[in-house]
Amino acid sequence: MAVNDDHATSAATVAGAAAQPFTSREMMAIAAGRFVSDGDILFAGTGVALLAAGCAKRVHAPRAVVFVETGGIDPALDEIPLAVADPRVMDGTCINAGIIEAFSYIASPRLHTIAFLGAAQIDRYGNLNSTCIGDYEHPAVRFSGSGGACDAASLASAFIVFMQHGRRKFVERLDYLTSPGWLEGGQHRREAGFGRGGPLAVVTDLCVLRFDETTHEMYLAERYPGVTDEQIAENTGFALDVSRAVDAVPPTAEELRILRDEVDPQRLILD
Amino acid sequence: MSSSSDVAGKLMSAGDAVARFVSDGAMVALGGFTINRNPMAFVYEMARRRVRDLHLVAHSNGQALDTLVGAGCVSRIEVAYGGNGRFAPTCVRFRKAVERGEVAVEDYSNYQMALRFLAGALNVPFIPTKSGLHTDLVARQGFSSEYRAAHGLPDKKLIVMPDPFDGACDDVVLLPALKPDLAVVHVQTVGDDGTVRIKGLTFADLEQAKAARAVVVTCEEIVPAAELRVDPDQNALPPFLVDAVVLAPHGAHPTACRYFYDYDPAFLNDYRRAARDDAAWSAFLDEWVYDLAGHDDYVAKVGAAQLERIKADPVHGYAVGLDRR
Repeated sequence: MAVNDDHATSAATVAGAAAQPFTSREMMAIAAGRFVSDGDILFAGTGVALLAAGCAKRVHAPRAVVFVETGGIDPALDEIPLAVADPRVMDGTCINAGIIEAFSYIASPRLHTIAFLGAAQIDRYGNLNSTCIGDYEHPAVRFSGSGGACDAASLASAFIVFMQHGRRKFVERLDYLTSPGWLEGGQHRREAGFGRGGPLAVVTDLCVLRFDETTHEMYLAERYPGVTDEQIAENTGFALDVSRAVDAVPPTAEELRILRDEVDPQRLILD
Repeated sequence: MSSSSDVAGKLMSAGDAVARFVSDGAMVALGGFTINRNPMAFVYEMARRRVRDLHLVAHSNGQALDTLVGAGCVSRIEVAYGGNGRFAPTCVRFRKAVERGEVAVEDYSNYQMALRFLAGALNVPFIPTKSGLHTDLVARQGFSSEYRAAHGLPDKKLIVMPDPFDGACDDVVLLPALKPDLAVVHVQTVGDDGTVRIKGLTFADLEQAKAARAVVVTCEEIVPAAELRVDPDQNALPPFLVDAVVLAPHGAHPTACRYFYDYDPAFLNDYRRAARDDAAWSAFLDEWVYDLAGHDDYVAKVGAAQLERIKADPVHGYAVGLDRR
C-alpha cells in the first residue's frame, strides 16, 4: 500500500510566521508536493500522499501523473479514495491496468517514477518496516505488511516517506526490513542489485529530512515554523545531523486554498 | 436477465459450490483487493459451513481474508497486505490471529504475489524479480522448513541468485509459482455460456484464475452470451476456465463492485468496532453469518435502504456523495 495512514488525525496547529494557521498534516502534504517535478509519474495511493500529489499537480506540476499500484492510471479523483482499490481510483483514468502492469510502469527505465510510502518504523538509511513490532515469528504488534511498498521502494526512481515523528518510529534498528532504502548506507543499495532508486526525503509532522549524497545517512534538511532542532533530535531514536537545517517555507495562501478547497474539500484526509 | 439458463451446467448455489470445491486444508486464492470485489457471498458460505484449516493466498486482501480468519477457517496465509485502507489500516481479526499465533503467515509483496500467480498460470516453476532484494521478505521465512514439508510446500520461501544471463553480481529474487486448489472471484457479469466480464480494475484475479486447479465465479448478473460477444474486448475469462457460476447479486458486500454498488462505509465501521472485542466479534458472526440461512437472507438484512445509499452512479461507477466517514 502506498501509505499506511494509521494516524487518523493530527490536527495540531503548527505555530509560525505564516499569514494563516495551518495543520502539520497540511504542511506535510505541501512540503512533500514540492519535491514533485512536472511530468513525474507519482505512485500515490491514499492518505496524505494523495494530498501531496493533488497539490503538486495543481500548483506547479500540471503534467505529473498520479497512478495507483492497483492499476488505476491518472484517475479523475473527483472524490478522495479511501483505499487503493476504492472504485474512485478507477474512474476517469486513461487506463485501468492490472497489478503486474502497474508495477511494470513503476520499474520502467523510461519513466521518472516517485513513490510515496508510509511505515511504522524507519532507520537512518531510510529502510522501512510496515510488517511487525517485536519478533517476526511472535510479533507484539502485527501491521498490514508490505502491500506494494517493498516493490515501489525496490523499483521506483525515488521514494518519499511520510512519518509521524517519534523515537519509537525513528529507530536505530528496524524490527523487520520490509522496504529497501539505502540499506546499510554508502553504495550498498547499488551493490545489492538495485539499478536505481532509494529514498529522496522523509516528510514528518515536524520537519523534512534528507539523505547525505555519500553516506546516505539521514540529516535534518528543513524545520517547520515553530519547531526547534532540539525537539526534532529528541524525537529521533538515532543521532541526527542538524547542522545543515534551514527553515521550511510555510505554506502559501494559494497552496492552502488549493489543498482545502480543491484537493480535499470534504476533509476526509485533512481531518 | 438470468433466463432459464443453467450456464452450461455450471450454475449452482454458493452452498453447493463450497461443498463441491472446498475441502478442509485447501489452498484458496481470494480475488479482489482490500475493499473491492471480495467474493463475500462465497466467503460467508465457507464460514457458515465451518470450513477449516484453509491455506489462503492473496496479494492485498482485506475483508474476505479478515472474515475467514475471524471465523476460524484459516491456518496459514501467504499474503502481501492484510488491510482495508482507511477502514482498517491493519485488518483487526488478522492482526489478533497473527499476534496470538493462531495462524501462520508468510509475507511477500503485492508484485511478488501477483508474479507467483502469473508463474502458476504459465505453468513454470518460478519467476524472477528485482523486488525485495536484501529485505526481510527474503531473509525471514514465516513457515519453517518442517512446516513446509508437512504441508507439501516448496522447501524455500524464495531464492536469491545472480542473473544467469548477464553479470555475476546482478542479483534477482526467484519466486516459487502458486497453483491454488481453488480461485474464487466475484465479478459483475457472466454470460450464459460461462464467459466472464469484469469492470474496473482486475487486480491479479485473472492470473489467479489461470493458475488455479478450479475456478468459482460469483456474479451480479447472468446475461445471454451473445450480449458479451458484441464487444468481446471487454471480456476477462473464457468459459472453459470456469468450473462453477454462482448468481449472487450484492455478493461482494460490504466491499465495492464497480457500476453496481460502492463499499458500505457504515458496515465496514461496524465490522471494525465489533472485530476489536472477542465477545462483540462472536456476536457479529452469529448475527451476520451463522444465524442467516444464506446470501438472500444476508442481503435482506443489509436492507433496501442501505443498498440504495451505496448504489453506484452509472457514469462514475461508485456512489457519488456517499457519506464515507
